[in-house]
Amino acid sequence: MAADERFRALFEPRGVLVAGASTHPGKFGFVSLHNILACGYEGKVFATNRDGVEVLGVSTVAEVADLPDGEIDLVFVCTPAAANPDLLRACAKKGISAAFIASAGYGEAGEEGLAAQAELVALADELGILLAGPNGQGVVSPPARLCAQIVGPYPPAGHIAIASQSGNFVSSFENYAQLTGVGVSRAVSAGNAAAVTVPDYLEYFAEDPQTRVALAYVESVGDGRSFMERLRGAAERKPVVVVKGGATRGGQRAAASHTGALASDDRVFDGAARQAGVSRAESVEQGFEVAASFATQPLPRGNRVVVVTTVGGWGVVAADAIGRTGLVLPPLPDDLMAGVDARLPPRWSRNNPIDMAGGETRDTVPEILRLAASHADVDAVIFLGMGIQSNQAKLMREGRFWPDHGLERIVGFHERQDARYAEAAAEVSDATGKPVLVATELAITSPGNPGSAAVRASGRLCYPSADRAVIALDHLWRRSRWLARRGLG
Amino acid sequence: MPTLSEAASKELLSAFGVPFPDERVVAGVEGAVGAAGEIGYPVVVKLGGDGIAHKTERGLVRLGLGSAEQVAEAATELLAAATPEEGEVHLLVAPMLRSTRELIAGLHYDPQFGMTVMLGVGGILAEAVADVSFRLVPIDRVDAEEMLDDLSLQRLLGPFRGEPAVDRAAVADVLLGLSEAARSRDDIASADLNPLLIVDGRPVAVDALVEVR
Repeated sequence: MAADERFRALFEPRGVLVAGASTHPGKFGFVSLHNILACGYEGKVFATNRDGVEVLGVSTVAEVADLPDGEIDLVFVCTPAAANPDLLRACAKKGISAAFIASAGYGEAGEEGLAAQAELVALADELGILLAGPNGQGVVSPPARLCAQIVGPYPPAGHIAIASQSGNFVSSFENYAQLTGVGVSRAVSAGNAAAVTVPDYLEYFAEDPQTRVALAYVESVGDGRSFMERLRGAAERKPVVVVKGGATRGGQRAAASHTGALASDDRVFDGAARQAGVSRAESVEQGFEVAASFATQPLPRGNRVVVVTTVGGWGVVAADAIGRTGLVLPPLPDDLMAGVDARLPPRWSRNNPIDMAGGETRDTVPEILRLAASHADVDAVIFLGMGIQSNQAKLMREGRFWPDHGLERIVGFHERQDARYAEAAAEVSDATGKPVLVATELAITSPGNPGSAAVRASGRLCYPSADRAVIALDHLWRRSRWLARRGLG
Repeated sequence: MPTLSEAASKELLSAFGVPFPDERVVAGVEGAVGAAGEIGYPVVVKLGGDGIAHKTERGLVRLGLGSAEQVAEAATELLAAATPEEGEVHLLVAPMLRSTRELIAGLHYDPQFGMTVMLGVGGILAEAVADVSFRLVPIDRVDAEEMLDDLSLQRLLGPFRGEPAVDRAAVADVLLGLSEAARSRDDIASADLNPLLIVDGRPVAVDALVEVR
């Protein structure tokens, strides 16, 4: 069976078997079955249990041999390491072609564990079973409504595919997906990555039609050259965002032996990532935000940004942030200047950032966003200061004067306006094919704010600050440039 | 791992287009004076040989020699400083180049990533500044140009203290030459061009050390 078919068995199985299902709600064999059932997996679910007792309403069998043939693609393995070779053999006979091994007691558990792991890898290879893990947290695939995972959460469906050498960072990325609404196509914890490694997953994600961007957390790169060559292959097709934890020993040795402290290994990784077109993020949350940007914004064709703001200070801070990146804040072209002039009282900034200085009326923001984004000399727009009036409206809604004294009317107006701004940002971006990013801390501090809620409803990320929007946009620009310089854009 | 002499290191790398000053390898004092006359004063005289390393630390580099007498004196002292264990030695006579900007470039082997090309800001503060960029061998011209873009001290690469902007294409050529050297000579374990002086905007490597396996 071809590799991609076995990956399909892992991420889009027709049926799932939980091996080692348990009635104890603290055990992997209970939690994984619970999550598969509770998150609404639509395929058939089977389970084995030593005593054949019912678990969560699923009748179990003691032996895999008693299960139907050809209905199960994926086995989620919670049984002890010693039982797993026989289990895999029995699964292969049923036509199962992918196994996620949650069981511990392998490479992480000393020499005996390592030997058991090597044996399991060889056996899976012989049986033609794709072996994910062992010692992993699970596999999640919202397009298939699959949550075969021993911890939460179950993220919304979307287009970010995650592979991680740390199980818990899978959850972290999924938590951000849940927070922001920018969803996940696939998520898998590589566990000990005994057979299937992070580059294997990334290569599959590059081919996977559900996936627009791959996001990985890595600590160990093994053969760095082969690792980077394979990531480059994926990055030529889709954005690949990597969060790298820890440092390699290699560069430290090189640094010590030659150029003193110059050749730190992390700089070698960093240079290799740039060469390979891999977008390297500095932190877990930045990794998610950059991936979410690739998933929901078009790439800019150049680095010229116009900032549109209702708040002077945010404009200044955004300008500072842009100055620290490869992006630029060009002076406003004359015709754009005239267009804004015609729509705002003279106190506006008359410069980029376009600070509207409170001069905006009902249609000003959507019109200025459209003017800026559609200008030929503008490659991207960042909109700041949305949601402020709705935040005041919230105070009015919750206060004791509600809904009298005209509060209901003004609150409704402000809430509709902020939602319109967010919708306009998405529409203008779609119409022009240029990124339009909206940022406000209200995305975090007041998630129900009609402005940030409307950004979320548009399927895009509402950035928690101007700075974070700028960093994400810079990553989009760097990828665009990497592709263009190599004739791939 | 054995190192090649400065002269042999330069000969190896110049075949790949790395630019070096117009310099001569001579055996004795008379040859040094003759070479200095041909090159034009002031000159630098260095003691060379396969066994000679850490020349600066050992005082085996004499800078800014302005006359035949100074060259003769320096050459005599340098030859006398060689110890029998250092084997055959020679003198290297080179023009004294004036430059306010120094880069550093090289090839380094990383156990995980293999051979890498490096470019950095040089000079006595190089280690503290640590403004360097790496790429995996082989690189192409776009990679080489992006290594220059990676350096934080971009102002150093523009017009600087009356000198023209750095010829970025010429620096890229040096990096491409190093990459090609590593690709076609798998006996190269490492190479250092330190310093890679910027003279009238163009890079010139005034020292080179190649380590072979």
